[in-house]
Amino acid sequence: MSTTTATTSGLRRMLHQRRLVAGMIITAFVVVLAIIGPWIAPYGEHEIVGKPFTHSGSFLGTDYLGQDVLSRVLAGGRSILVISVLATALGMVGGILIGLIAAYVGGWFDEVLMRLNDVALAFPQILLALLVLSAVEQPEWWMIVLLVGASHAPRVARLVRGVALGLVSRDFVASAEALGESRIRIVLAEVLPNMNAPLLAEAGLRLTYSIGLVAALGFLGFSTDPGGADWGQMINENRLALLVVPWGVLAPVIVIGIFTIGTNLMADGITQLAEKGGES
Amino acid sequence: MTSAAPHEATPTTDQAACTVEDLSVGLTGRNIDVVDDIDLLLGPGEVVGLVGESGSGKTTVGTALLGYARVGALIEHGRVLLGERDVLSLDWKDVRQLRGQEIAYVPQDPASALNPSIRIGPQLVELLELRDIGTAEERDDRARAGLAEVGLPNDDEFLRRYPHQLSGGQVQRVALAMAFLPRPKVLVLDEPTTGLDVTTQGMVLETMNQLCRSHQVAALYVTHDLAVIANIADRVAVMYAGRIIELGPRDQIFAAPAHPYTRALLDAIPHLKQARALSGIPGRTPGPGRRPSGCRFHDRCSYAIDRCADEEPPPVEVGPDHTARCIRLDEIGSWDIDLGTVPDSDPDKTREPILSVRDLDVYYGRKQVVHGVTFDLGRSECVALVGESGSGKTTISRCVGGLHRDWTGTIDFEERELAKGARSRTNDDRKRIQYIFQNPYLSLNPRMTIEQIIKRPMKLFGIAKGKAATDRAVELLEQVALGPTVLKLQTNRLSGGERQRVAIARALAAEPDILVCDEITSALDVSVQGSIVQLLEELRKSRGIGMLFVTHNLALVRSIAARVQILNAGRLVESGSVVEVMDSPREDYTRELLANSPSID
Repeated sequence: MSTTTATTSGLRRMLHQRRLVAGMIITAFVVVLAIIGPWIAPYGEHEIVGKPFTHSGSFLGTDYLGQDVLSRVLAGGRSILVISVLATALGMVGGILIGLIAAYVGGWFDEVLMRLNDVALAFPQILLALLVLSAVEQPEWWMIVLLVGASHAPRVARLVRGVALGLVSRDFVASAEALGESRIRIVLAEVLPNMNAPLLAEAGLRLTYSIGLVAALGFLGFSTDPGGADWGQMINENRLALLVVPWGVLAPVIVIGIFTIGTNLMADGITQLAEKGGES
Repeated sequence: MTSAAPHEATPTTDQAACTVEDLSVGLTGRNIDVVDDIDLLLGPGEVVGLVGESGSGKTTVGTALLGYARVGALIEHGRVLLGERDVLSLDWKDVRQLRGQEIAYVPQDPASALNPSIRIGPQLVELLELRDIGTAEERDDRARAGLAEVGLPNDDEFLRRYPHQLSGGQVQRVALAMAFLPRPKVLVLDEPTTGLDVTTQGMVLETMNQLCRSHQVAALYVTHDLAVIANIADRVAVMYAGRIIELGPRDQIFAAPAHPYTRALLDAIPHLKQARALSGIPGRTPGPGRRPSGCRFHDRCSYAIDRCADEEPPPVEVGPDHTARCIRLDEIGSWDIDLGTVPDSDPDKTREPILSVRDLDVYYGRKQVVHGVTFDLGRSECVALVGESGSGKTTISRCVGGLHRDWTGTIDFEERELAKGARSRTNDDRKRIQYIFQNPYLSLNPRMTIEQIIKRPMKLFGIAKGKAATDRAVELLEQVALGPTVLKLQTNRLSGGERQRVAIARALAAEPDILVCDEITSALDVSVQGSIVQLLEELRKSRGIGMLFVTHNLALVRSIAARVQILNAGRLVESGSVVEVMDSPREDYTRELLANSPSID
């Protein structure tokens, strides 16, 4: 028996997982870029640097109003990332609660909850957001968070219930029942910590989807600041000149792509780590 | 039980059906051996038992006979001779031809070896078909004859069944029939009866034995169960940490074991006819890569001296055809099977019942699984619930523990009626009745540290807090022979036996009056079982804990329990003191169960 604690060996195992490390580096790179972007940008977010769709300004050229594309890409990440992360967190928490309770309570309660869940799953994920956002005059950031989060919840719940079902039938749950542990404690302290790996992987995946959704909403015109820089919105604004000065569209697409690859690699790495860890 | 034909002598190399020479299997790409230095002869019509605990490499040797090593392992060197041919140096096509036809394999889990979507008939014929043996009609006849040989029906109806329509014992016999069908010279059986009930196991072993003798097949029987080996093998090879440490005729191994490991193993096994005190082996079997230098057993051996750590002991002749790898064979003296008996099994002892179960009927949905069971449990007494799978023994224990709520009847604890579910019982009742589960791999939360696990009941029942709780946790860990070093570890760092000790420590942390033990040793190796039984016996005496001990192992009952309840299909068949029930059973069912239980005496 070695004396190293479980945490340090877990960290070491994590660093051996190349996929996970690569994913973390890529994700961190995009996040850092989005955070410090406005300060390192050569021009202001709304600064006109030349004629529209020309090669003036920095090396990526100008957009439909003659603003600098590079500066706008650097400035436009913050809102999309913050909204996506918050929406993902909301969706995960909601989904985990629904899934855990359904699995632990079981019986007809589980049945009803899950059938309602199936109804929610039958609609495309973006539909709810489109429906509500088209009814309001100016979307607020929290509306987007709420709507995207809510559309994640049933999908997360489905996965969580599946994983939790395998756990609640294990004897350590029966053992806690026999000791008379409170139900809340059993769900939160006994069952939930055993789901870390699949939950982290799911969170990575959901973050990817969130970014896609928020960008898509931006592309469709539902963004918090109609004139402001926003990766999704930029694609829409500059798509007319895609063949002439493609960078206005390509730059935000590439950043979103890189970020997606990063979060996906991370999710994959976590799954592999959990499989290799072989804990039981 | 069948007793093996008297054995004459070890076959010489020319007579042997199969010879294993200097076999070594290692992990791919690393200089770590799984098994090493294996020499073995299998004579025609002879059953050789290869016995060892988990991690000893016995299955690796078994499959190496077929020229197969599991993924990640590699047969490094050695020869497996079938007559003139060396299986290990043959072309893979020839090896494929050889497998099944000349060397057959019966796996541990027959249910996974049979294809679930092919009917029994075609499945049996397939092997002959692949090798173009006989005409379709002949093959069919042979398949039917094969089924008859193993005592199965061979009508069209049976041949049309799918594997899932057979019972576990029937499936295992189909696998046996399949192995014998091409008339192999050598048969490797990998724990074929693990998971079967004793009655079924008895029948399967009998069939196997008869077939090996009548067809002159050389069989290698791989198992962890010494009692089974004692009933069927002619010669026994004992494996430890990748080596055969003792090899000899069965009677020699069981009557005069030479190696300290073999002796310790035999000390850990309960007998049917005698309530012997059991002892375990300290420490755990080292896995590949963690094995010590010199004699691999020296760090757990009570006879070890400094020289044992340096010298690799060669096989030394101890008697005719009997060798052991130990450098101190001449110095350690002879072995006495009698460890002393467990004193408390006196049937006339006065009892003070604290738990009594009356007219218990248990249901799963609409199905009634337990019918009117009545028994009681005294203070500081161990009562065993014994039965085959499906007898309802675990179900009863779960009702007592408050884990199953769908029952009628009464369960009285100190003359107060207990509520059905654990949640509706009082905190005090929950504290005083503790349940220990069968599988320690499932009953401990893998995310918690040992400290958290053991402190939980103390907190819930307000027994100790803070520093006092830590002290008590350490104390409990010492009682179960684990020590404070494991406190901060998670369970995945512990072996099965260590985990079960943690589960026992958790139960003890609540300071219970009754322990409900559900097959708590069945997932563990015998040497670990021995030490767990030893531990429970001490706790029962020192703390006056009453124990409800659920098991399928009758021999174990003899060593641990004072009273026994024999169950069959949810009904109590016979009950009384262990001595009376086991020495002079009144019911046929009990007699049959006793007759089928493998034992080494």
